[in-house]
Amino acid sequence: MSGESLRRATATELRAAFQSGAATSRAVTDELFAAIEREDGVLGAWLHLRHEEARAEADRADARYAAARAAGAAALNALPPLLGVPVALKDLVNLTGTPTTAGSRILEGYISPYDATIAARLKEAGAVILGKTNMDEFAMGSSTEFSAYKKTVNPWATDRVPGGSSGGSSAAVAAFHAPLSIGTDTGGSIRQPASLTGIVGMKPTYGRVSRYGIVAFASSLDQVGPFARTAQDAALLLHTIAGADAHDATSSRSPLDAALLNLPSGDAAASAIRGKRFALPKEYFVAGMEAGVERAVRDAVAALEAAGGIVEEVSLPTTEHALATYYIVAPAEASANLARYDGVRYGASKHGGGDLLNGYLETRGRGFGPEVRRRIMLGTYALSAGYYDAYYVKAQKVRTLIARDFDRIWAAGFDAIVAPTSPQVAWKFGAKMSDPVSMYLADACTLPANMAGLPGVSIPCGLSENLPVGLQLIGKPWSEAELLSISAGYEALTATAAWRAVAPHDLAKLGGGAA
Amino acid sequence: MSDLTRAEVERVAALARLGLTSDELGKLQGDLNLILEQWAHLADVDTSSVPPSAQTIVQAMPLREDTAEPSLPVDDALQNAPARSGDFVRVQAILSEEADG
Repeated sequence: MSGESLRRATATELRAAFQSGAATSRAVTDELFAAIEREDGVLGAWLHLRHEEARAEADRADARYAAARAAGAAALNALPPLLGVPVALKDLVNLTGTPTTAGSRILEGYISPYDATIAARLKEAGAVILGKTNMDEFAMGSSTEFSAYKKTVNPWATDRVPGGSSGGSSAAVAAFHAPLSIGTDTGGSIRQPASLTGIVGMKPTYGRVSRYGIVAFASSLDQVGPFARTAQDAALLLHTIAGADAHDATSSRSPLDAALLNLPSGDAAASAIRGKRFALPKEYFVAGMEAGVERAVRDAVAALEAAGGIVEEVSLPTTEHALATYYIVAPAEASANLARYDGVRYGASKHGGGDLLNGYLETRGRGFGPEVRRRIMLGTYALSAGYYDAYYVKAQKVRTLIARDFDRIWAAGFDAIVAPTSPQVAWKFGAKMSDPVSMYLADACTLPANMAGLPGVSIPCGLSENLPVGLQLIGKPWSEAELLSISAGYEALTATAAWRAVAPHDLAKLGGGAA
Repeated sequence: MSDLTRAEVERVAALARLGLTSDELGKLQGDLNLILEQWAHLADVDTSSVPPSAQTIVQAMPLREDTAEPSLPVDDALQNAPARSGDFVRVQAILSEEADG
């Protein structure tokens, strides 16, 4: 393998090539860095690159593959699945010795003194960590336009957003700058950008992946998860990062399904759809949903049905309250979590002149951008004396009702919910920047799963106006392997669909060439 | 619920330790009122017999032995401190000299 085929290879293909000796991790890593060098001036996906460290990690991986090849097939198969596979981290994952900004000026200059658990697990697995990706400041946003550092464009149309908040991670995978990346999803920040850039993105069950070392946004909702170009690749990355962690008491000891390592493929995957029961919630086809998005999603549902899936329309009546509930709970938790940025122990500091209080006011007033300020204000208000019961406690109670809505679906015997991921395709820069509520509505279909802690995945299901549309699958707690198996089945069913052959239109523009 | 007044917005900004300009406070007052107006329908949801949930995926809290384990070395923990004095983070004085006496 060489050149463009190396660059476009999936993690699964790379593993096979590394095992056989058809390619080296070093060659892939060099190829990806060359693409990033040529194209990131336009794409804007990356905030920090680890040229030297990544190449050293690749060389170490290649040495292990060479030794294992000499020792025989058993030794080769015993190597961890992501050994030598390049991966990108959203810039809120602490990785020793690298800047971690969370997209904010208030963390400018901060260097991580320790590894997040998921970073340590990726290192342990021998993955090649290429660098850190752009994001909305503190993961608050749906377009990555709230990054304090740079604009990330959608490789499908450079005048459009890549989604957010994990827009750097989604754009990097969609533009073939990395086969895999890490995102976080508090209200949709993995699934929505995956939908808008035409890739796979999964938010696991709350607690499936350790949050230790991840810059916190809303601690009862935050979850870390994978981006990839196939369901199998997402499963490999999830398997590598998931699992109990003594540093995060909410991390689950519920065992990981070994099926993640080897999802069904081809005909076996497609036939596994037969007999599965899918709930289609009518409330997810919201007012304002684009006709082309609805058409692509309904076509996908029809394909599942044609393959023997049983689809029934259901009602999740609290869906209409999920947005308001989320935008009280998440800002409330954020206002508490972000109290730590005070300019005293780390990060940008405006202390020095005046008294201590003045230092806090200046550090925070200047360090946080507009959306983060808005959320801190909302959250502080919702938690303040006199308003706590009316807003925060009320939202906590409605959260119970949202969870019960989903419980009824599982009690009725459904295997998964099928729905749109985003009511619209990628929009143009600036379209939602002046009206905060219009930006919040972009997450209307994703945030109910966060409120209920459920796993969800977005997979490409077609094009509308020549831009990608995502199909969302939401499952029972701990059903990630099942959701990804269904996703693999859908991939197999649509393997020859015309839309699958369409590559992101503006890839050529990224390199400065004419489209 | 009635609109947030300018004074309330200033009070919340002070609670949140956000030093904002007059223009920024004015913009936030408009934004917050717009957002809270959209959330008003929550008050109509009947939650009279519904318990609040802090989390919806509830698991047993794991226990561990109560033994000391190594933690971040002091130099690593202080490497990002804007001002340092020995093994401590240096901050502005909280009390004035008169108050000290």
